[in-house]
Amino acid sequence: MLELLELLLTTSLWAAVIRIATPLIFATLGELICERAGVLNLGIEGIMTIGAMAGWIWVYQGGDLWGGVVFAAIVGMLFGFLHSILVVYLGLSQHVSGIGITMLASSISYYAYTMIIPFSTTPPKIVAFSAFEVPLLSSIPIIGGAFFNQTALTYLAYILVIVTFYVLYKMPLGLTIRMAGENPIANEAQGINVLLIRTGAVMVGSALMAIGGAFLTMSAFDAFYFGMINGRGWICVALVIFASWRPGKAFLGAILFALFEALQVRAQLIGADVIPYQIFSMMPYFLSIVAMMLVARKAAYPKALLVPFRQGDRI
Amino acid sequence: MKKLQFSKICKNFGAVVANDNISLSLGEGEILSLLGENGAGKTTLMNILFGHYISDKGFIEVEGKRLTPGSTRASLDAGIGMVHQHFTLAENLTVLENIILGTEPLSRLWSQKKQAYKKLKELSKRFGLLINPDAKVADLTVGEKQRVEIIKALYRDASILILDEPTAVLTPQETIQLFKVLKEMVNAGLSIMFISHKLNEILEISDRIVVLRHGKLVGEVVTKNASKESLAEMMVGRKVTRPTYEKLEIGKAVVELNNVCLKSSDGSVGLSNINLKIHEKEIIGLAGVAGNGQSGLASIFQGLAHPSSGEFKLFGESLIKYDPRYLTKSGVARIPEDRSKEGVIGEMELWENFLGEQLRSKAKSGFIIDKKQAVKNAEELIQKYDIRCEGAFASTRLLSGGNIQKLILARSLSNNPRFIIANKPARGLDEGAISFVQHQIINAKTKGAGVLLISEDLDEIFELSDRIAVIFDGKLQGPFDTSTLNITQVGLMMSGEMLEDSLNEA
Amino acid sequence: MRLKTRRNTPVWFIAVLPILSILVAFILGAFFIIWAGESPITAYIALINGALGSTFAITESLTRAIPLIFTGLAAAVAFRAKFWNIGAEGQLYCGAMAATLVGTGMIDLPSIVMIPVLFIAGALAGCLILLLPVFLKTHMKVDEVVTTLLLNFIILLFVNMLLEGPWKDPMAMGWPQAARIIDNGVLPTIVAKSRLHFGIIIALMMSIIMWAILRFTVWGYEIRAVGYNQQASTFYGISINKSVLMVALFSGGLAGMAGVSEVAGLKGYLTLTLSPGFGYTGIAVAMLAQLHPIGVIVSAIFLAVIYVGADAMSRVVDIPNYIADILVAISLLSVLVGSMLARFRIVWGK
Repeated sequence: MLELLELLLTTSLWAAVIRIATPLIFATLGELICERAGVLNLGIEGIMTIGAMAGWIWVYQGGDLWGGVVFAAIVGMLFGFLHSILVVYLGLSQHVSGIGITMLASSISYYAYTMIIPFSTTPPKIVAFSAFEVPLLSSIPIIGGAFFNQTALTYLAYILVIVTFYVLYKMPLGLTIRMAGENPIANEAQGINVLLIRTGAVMVGSALMAIGGAFLTMSAFDAFYFGMINGRGWICVALVIFASWRPGKAFLGAILFALFEALQVRAQLIGADVIPYQIFSMMPYFLSIVAMMLVARKAAYPKALLVPFRQGDRI
Repeated sequence: MKKLQFSKICKNFGAVVANDNISLSLGEGEILSLLGENGAGKTTLMNILFGHYISDKGFIEVEGKRLTPGSTRASLDAGIGMVHQHFTLAENLTVLENIILGTEPLSRLWSQKKQAYKKLKELSKRFGLLINPDAKVADLTVGEKQRVEIIKALYRDASILILDEPTAVLTPQETIQLFKVLKEMVNAGLSIMFISHKLNEILEISDRIVVLRHGKLVGEVVTKNASKESLAEMMVGRKVTRPTYEKLEIGKAVVELNNVCLKSSDGSVGLSNINLKIHEKEIIGLAGVAGNGQSGLASIFQGLAHPSSGEFKLFGESLIKYDPRYLTKSGVARIPEDRSKEGVIGEMELWENFLGEQLRSKAKSGFIIDKKQAVKNAEELIQKYDIRCEGAFASTRLLSGGNIQKLILARSLSNNPRFIIANKPARGLDEGAISFVQHQIINAKTKGAGVLLISEDLDEIFELSDRIAVIFDGKLQGPFDTSTLNITQVGLMMSGEMLEDSLNEA
Repeated sequence: MRLKTRRNTPVWFIAVLPILSILVAFILGAFFIIWAGESPITAYIALINGALGSTFAITESLTRAIPLIFTGLAAAVAFRAKFWNIGAEGQLYCGAMAATLVGTGMIDLPSIVMIPVLFIAGALAGCLILLLPVFLKTHMKVDEVVTTLLLNFIILLFVNMLLEGPWKDPMAMGWPQAARIIDNGVLPTIVAKSRLHFGIIIALMMSIIMWAILRFTVWGYEIRAVGYNQQASTFYGISINKSVLMVALFSGGLAGMAGVSEVAGLKGYLTLTLSPGFGYTGIAVAMLAQLHPIGVIVSAIFLAVIYVGADAMSRVVDIPNYIADILVAISLLSVLVGSMLARFRIVWGK
């Protein structure tokens, strides 16, 4: 127990926590934006996958890191656009379309990767983002060295949490997005095109998801592995509910989750003889289920979530 | 020059003629009522005005200037404001957020809430519409929500206000309040279009009345020259026949509620100490503003909710099993409030919906569906009740509202039920269908059933009921003999006043 | 742009829709083949040949269709009630684990009893694991999509753990795999010199049974009703919770049977690579069949042809065999669009 407390006071643990949390922050924010506008985006797992692959391939083929990030975001947006056409414009089942998008994006990722990197026993590497310190802030005891000695994408994640909060709650655009998720007819009554708003939100959200995936191949690790997303997308869907669709809570939720994950990894090393490592690896998924159980009953779902808006819908 | 002018508006949807060469005008500072049944074309006309549809022919002018068709923005900018029948409010957001939506350009980086607060306060004071900008809409009463809708329009500097069936959800007292506000608005320079099918109110509030029927404009009168009968005739095109009331000798009690309480769930009002006895051959009308516990009471009778305490006696015996199927089998007919969403499953075929609650009781060994019998039964009922459809295998979603209600009535009444719970059975139907529904209910009463009629239409309640009860905040007053009550008393009870007090006031 | 409801759906359209969707997939998939620098014509001919070009190929395709029929049925039943069971993959492995538990020596009975016992055990395992998401949904309103999905990961890790631990077959030379199913439990092959096994008979049987249940019984009515309109279903006296439970039992059970079929019929023992995503593909199978239990047989075969053909194709032309997954994903999205076009027309303007 004491060791646990000691562990919690080390910078290295929190540094690992932030590294683990970053892709979750991106993807959870992305899904949050989609759902706030009223659209469930189950393409998240696939979009993260293709974001991971696309960013990595860009750099592998000679591009620069930020170019890779932008490329990943654009690819993510394209899939978001596809999802939008299906569920926003055509009003199709958001569940099935999302699963279909995940299947499509994942399979295209593996296909493209296999084409470009035909055969190798070890996946090739790129030079990933390197970490740098933020002066002043990094001197804060324990957490300063963790939160503020990270790669550029992590800092981008911090900024995006604040930006998302600001846009959603302080800007008319954000009110319109939230209204699209609560009562889209109200938007139409003001002459605002709900279909456009929802499409925009889904595209932006998907871009964020893709960047979350790209973080894994361009920052946390430096290679692309099959199955590397490993369910993070689905975990983020659970986190959105856990965060009550609020950006600040999403950030905290991702950190909390990452903390458990970081602890679990260390626990694996300690308990390896007694408890099979797979039990530890199961923890993130169990935790997500528990998180959902805790909040589901009182969850204030956006009222128009999953409800397609048909422009012919008159009151 | 008129404030608002519709010129020769035509709009077709396929073969359906929604608006047929309609020309009407609204003068400055005038209250014009637009009267018509459901399906007469009022909604289409308003949707064209508001840019949701584009007319096939004709145009609209505001103060002599052509209105750009098909653009809600343009209509809003021209000063047209609409208070919708079904509120366009987001429950999870605040009043302020609901009001300022769409008033600021999307490119603006900072929502100017301070100015909004100020303007709201001014408007609120000016027109006597009290609201709390920071309240969550979900916590508001229906009357308060309507106030928000009105302020929404005023906030946008509307000079023409369209109100679509505004009094459907108000008590008579609240309606008086609304009319005061409308007169205030006219004094302030607004012109108002009042859409309704409630003849009494139209006669009271408007300066002029325009009547639509089957898409055409069939009448235009100055209010002081109009009467209920003349309006009804114009609206329907013939003399209206509502069934005549006939008091019968009541039999034994069919249902009895003794001290029934119901816990409120997810925001709806619960019930406290309900005592009610309904007998054979009588109709009890239940009046009340929506949201005061009617749905809870209806759910108990429909077998969908279990009272938290008290006794429910059905046909003399205490009910233990709250199950729609059991109730239907025992002789209860249930007519739900939302006929298309609750009363039928649109995706299924007609014969499947005729089975309804009796699915298992009519199945072979309670397991295999007896399709042949079910289809035969469906076809018989379709003929008997004259349901317009394409046969027993047609998809139910193709049916019109009136025909869906006929299906529900056929399904529930054909088994000679002894108790009928009818929840707003004639709402939203055209005159022909309303008459049909009311006749069916009276027939059932004559055959010996006891009926609980829940309705928002006080006229209907007074016309059909032997006794009237009023529900407010989950508590029941009455039932009282209809002949001893008048509309004002009922209105007061609907707002919570006790009958003794109102008798003192009368 | 608006959507207008059609009055009638032309019947021919519904029947032809799955074929059209796959055609669309092949056309769009051609772009990916060109991207890989190969000719689509050559590639597709190789694919068709590889899947249907010989008796052996045909039996291979049919064999590959077996688990897809099971998982397709699992998805079809669940989706009818709008119960989004995305956990068929995990349920499949649960069935496989049950078959391994019971069928590797625990009991030994004559084939005619042993095989049904294995299938029942697998079905039970599949049902039981689905009970948790069902309970969470009916009693705590937790959405079943995420819970069933996450369980897949948990179950796979569990299988991994068993295979590296207590179930590791000492005779398997270090590979993590379980002991073989005993002879009496192995599903006999029904076509000589092929891998096509008895599982297909059971799959076809289950297909017919599910069709009969949905069409003729009160259960079927209630499942469909709940999927269409929960409010009206409640009004009719249908218990939503009971219906969801029933759907889950069917769905989980069918997916579990897929696992038994693969272990006892094809592979002979449990490994981590038992299912290359059959659970997920089952969703595509169900959608292509438009949730029709008999249609599932046809669409399962179609998709099996794509997978078997793609394997063969990748040996002839230099294309990653992930092309099969791409084709399946596009088919799924196409049929989704197509099923909407069957009910609505797109109208431009106001």
